[in-house]
Amino acid sequence: MDNQSVLVIEAGRAEGHYWKDLWRYRELFYFLAWRDILVRYKQTVIGLAWALIRPFLTMVVFVVVFGKLAKLPSEGVPYPILVFAALLPWQFFANAFTEAGNSLISNANMISKVYFPRLVVPTSAVIVSFVDFLISGIILVGLMLWYGFAPDWRIFTLPLFIFIAFAAAMGAGLWTAALNVKYRDFRYIIPFVVQFGLYVSPVGFSSTIVPEQWRLLYSINPMVGVIDGFRWAILGGTTKLYWPGFMFSLFLVLVMLVTGIIYFRKTEKTFADVI
Amino acid sequence: MSPVIAVENLSKKYIIGHKKQERYTALRDVLANGAKRFTYKLTHPLAGPQNDSEHEEFWALKNVSFDIQQGDRVGIIGRNGAGKSTLLKILSRITEPTSGRVSIKGRVASLLEVGTGFHPELTGRENIFLNGAILGMRKVEIKKNFDEIVAFAEVDRFLDTPVKRYSSGMYVRLAFAVAAHLDPEILIVDEVLAVGDAQFQKKCLGKMEEVGKEGRTVLFVSHNMAMISNLCQKGIFLEGGKISLQGEASQAIQKYYQSANEKSEVHNRGIGSEAVELLSVELVGLSGALETTIHDKLTIRMKYKIKKAIDARCVPNFHFFAPDGSYIFVSVANEISKLPPGVYQADCRVPGGLLNEGTYFVGVAITSYFDSGTYDVEFFDRNALMFNIIDPMDARSNRYGYAGPVPGVLRPKLDWQISRRDE
Repeated sequence: MDNQSVLVIEAGRAEGHYWKDLWRYRELFYFLAWRDILVRYKQTVIGLAWALIRPFLTMVVFVVVFGKLAKLPSEGVPYPILVFAALLPWQFFANAFTEAGNSLISNANMISKVYFPRLVVPTSAVIVSFVDFLISGIILVGLMLWYGFAPDWRIFTLPLFIFIAFAAAMGAGLWTAALNVKYRDFRYIIPFVVQFGLYVSPVGFSSTIVPEQWRLLYSINPMVGVIDGFRWAILGGTTKLYWPGFMFSLFLVLVMLVTGIIYFRKTEKTFADVI
Repeated sequence: MSPVIAVENLSKKYIIGHKKQERYTALRDVLANGAKRFTYKLTHPLAGPQNDSEHEEFWALKNVSFDIQQGDRVGIIGRNGAGKSTLLKILSRITEPTSGRVSIKGRVASLLEVGTGFHPELTGRENIFLNGAILGMRKVEIKKNFDEIVAFAEVDRFLDTPVKRYSSGMYVRLAFAVAAHLDPEILIVDEVLAVGDAQFQKKCLGKMEEVGKEGRTVLFVSHNMAMISNLCQKGIFLEGGKISLQGEASQAIQKYYQSANEKSEVHNRGIGSEAVELLSVELVGLSGALETTIHDKLTIRMKYKIKKAIDARCVPNFHFFAPDGSYIFVSVANEISKLPPGVYQADCRVPGGLLNEGTYFVGVAITSYFDSGTYDVEFFDRNALMFNIIDPMDARSNRYGYAGPVPGVLRPKLDWQISRRDE
């Protein structure tokens, strides 16, 4: 017994064992994500098919509105593929951000009764959205087969952009999750941001239609960089990446992630008291 | 040997708002208050900071220090709001202390609520894994203990049924079973066994006792003094966020009842229904030690108020429990008729020469019996009173010099006739 590690609880103690604990609870990431996925499609008739139907219909609407009615340029690829290459990361971000932002509130009971590193909760929410992301990826593969579209070598850089999308969702999600615990206003801010973001991000159209002098400013929205990166990797060929804008977005994503983790860690200790 | 849990000067402060009920703040208020403070500063440039009268500090725990040795089974008792739950929350790392220090050796499992993280839509099987993971078990551990958990919970037939279709008893059984198989070095249990039927409570207590016997440490919070006295050897009595007594469980329990009696013989705890309310309970004429002898009679007095006319007979009944929580008997008042609203006093005299030496717990209740044959329990306070019976070992004790314990809960004085019959 005596050689056991001693746990010390003190006010404001910077816990060195936090990250070790996070590792010890690594299976909880999986279990919480597993729970949410399992629960989501219980008592539904078509089950997992919902993960395909929603993005597919959104894509159809965007193609009709932006491609057919507004006749926006398609960078030489079929418009549905152009849209879907952006819809994938956008929906991933939107879902992950929403779920992560609300995750602490919806697990309030657990938080006030059991100890575990709280970082597990929003992270699992992001993982759940990532599973959806992978499932809706099937649609993209289907579209590519349908149009006989073959990606080039750039497709192998896709994991890098997925990682950036992940970081963006985590960063934004951690901020809102932590703020939501204290200020429930974020419950209303989240859907607004998601709705608003869909229009200001280049999902239904290519970001090349934004005038050159505004593109750096446009990249303040970190999802612009992520979406452009996805298109660059998936569409290949003539698609160009606007590097200054991309680097700027990437920088913002990293800042958001790091500050998000710091803020979350700082407020985490009081979650049980205020939730 | 150094203690497994060492607590030094532990304090926890909460800020309680008087203005509104929500525990969380709305951004709106933060901004509004900020603006208010700013305008105040502009208009009163020389005044000091505004006094924040809307918020008040509340110390849920204040300078609490104690040590717990390995293998101790410690009961933590106190009235509502004495800081028991806060203490457990700090020890289980759910919340952080405001000041002070705790050091804990070994793996802690805390069960502050039964079935935390259970998802109603998931099946029993799925919930075992989920709940286990939330409590900090590895998947392999859960798998290893799976059969045992199922057997303990007695839910094997319903393993693949969503728990939302479980009866509350099954739900609690399953939840406790998962937690009980955590194999922690230190087990922290809040009042969770109040739910579930008597048989299951017994099973849980047995499990906890087993855990204690294996050299592990158990911290147990309960309002049920009989359970505490049965399960724990050590006790901590908290009062108003401070430790009032730390020692043997029996001492702490005694203190608990004494503090209730000292404050006023009338300890209204707001127990009651719309129709009938418990005003006070009292052991008439008993000193602070709550002790009487096996020979003396004892009067238990309950004052209650019938608040409105009800078409039923409101019958007081007293329940006597042994320290292990088992029932000894129930005594129901006789010849009660329908009573008009008013304050009443029920005296129940327990004769001398009935109970054995030991500690007894009394629960008080009022049941109203309707003419239709149905009844309502107006209130039932299971921990209303405690008393000790001692044997003065005088001639009346019929000990004839024997000084050891006499077995049994009862030791009634019965009629004996000895007559000579040698013919």
